[in-house]
Amino acid sequence: MIDFLKKFFKSEPSGVTARERLRLVLLSDHLSLAPDVVESLRADLIAVISKYVEVDEAHCDVTFEQQDSAVAMLANIPILSMRSRPMPPPPPAPSSPPTPDAPHMGGAATASASVAAELPAIAPKRRRRKRRASQNPAPAAG
Amino acid sequence: MHELQQPQVAPVAPPVPRGRAIVVTSGKGGVGKTTTTANVGAALARTGARVVLVDADVGLRNLDIVMGLEARVRSHILDVLEERATIEDALVADKRVPTLRLLAAAQTREKDDVDTEGMRKLIESLRERFDYVLIDCPAGIEKGFQNAIVGADEAIIVCTPEVSAVRDADRVVGLLGNRTSVKLIVNRLRPALVRKGKMLSVEDVNAILRLPLLGVITDEPGVIISTNNGEPIALDDTSPTGAAYRAIAGRIAGTDASAPEIPQEPSLLKKFGSLFGGRNA
Repeated sequence: MIDFLKKFFKSEPSGVTARERLRLVLLSDHLSLAPDVVESLRADLIAVISKYVEVDEAHCDVTFEQQDSAVAMLANIPILSMRSRPMPPPPPAPSSPPTPDAPHMGGAATASASVAAELPAIAPKRRRRKRRASQNPAPAAG
Repeated sequence: MHELQQPQVAPVAPPVPRGRAIVVTSGKGGVGKTTTTANVGAALARTGARVVLVDADVGLRNLDIVMGLEARVRSHILDVLEERATIEDALVADKRVPTLRLLAAAQTREKDDVDTEGMRKLIESLRERFDYVLIDCPAGIEKGFQNAIVGADEAIIVCTPEVSAVRDADRVVGLLGNRTSVKLIVNRLRPALVRKGKMLSVEDVNAILRLPLLGVITDEPGVIISTNNGEPIALDDTSPTGAAYRAIAGRIAGTDASAPEIPQEPSLLKKFGSLFGGRNA
């Protein structure tokens, strides 16, 4: 009953719903990307960017917008702070110990690195963000 | 061979003037392609242009019904394509407009029976005989669609203000490729619902499709009544919807340069008046 009343009084007109559904359905038609693919694109995007900067994952927003006749991907990713030491070494990775046995270890090493970046990135980062937030209330990005 | 156009056709000159072949399509079924074809065709023919309506919906023949010509159909498009009848034999003259003809679809055959190349040639030869060849496309994007568009270099998209119709129209626009012109008719608009925010508006639809707008047809009982009677509403001088179809015909012909009017909800007073002044019971 309450749900019904809520729907009755608060819901947006169905024309707005139709417009939004249309927008979304055409987006995936044009991209030939299913909604779950878009979601995993978003997750991957955040994971990659998180290697370099600490992002506010809760407020990350990846959308697609029609601009004239093209569709643009717009990623709005708030940065909480720069990472002081990049976790998996980006460009500055000069002489690290494991280089000698590269030929055989190469494949395994990169694979494990990418998994590390993808999977646990989400869990530990949240913890870290909380900690930092408690230490310095509002760290301006950069 | 030439009996039908005798009154209109100029003495044969070497460069044959080609009429315009326009396919009326939508992707989604039930949005009013056939009604649109009938009314736009009737409105064009009423101005004196030679118009042939081609029902390309083989297996689901309807255009003859909407035109009220079902009793006059003797042979159909497949009879022509398979050379059991000449084009002239198969063309049905309209009851009301002297320059209007219909080429009916076959009811008992399937779309796959139609040879695409034969269809292209048929449309081509119709273009030599008529100013306008309007092709009523079947729903879907399969072979029936391909056969309907093969001879046309212009297209009219019929779209209702519904998510599904816009989506399908969008797909069809993509499939039409580089036709010289693709234009839009928004059909079955209900201005009262649009005003209440309960229906996609013409602007919403065309924000997606981005096509030149030929016109907007409202969802009104007159269209249903005229279809019941097999009388195109475009020929009804007293009907606002008929006038909307005639304006569309004018825009197609290039004689009406005015921007299409987007119908607004009529005032209460007008509604009240039409209760008493209503024609067409």
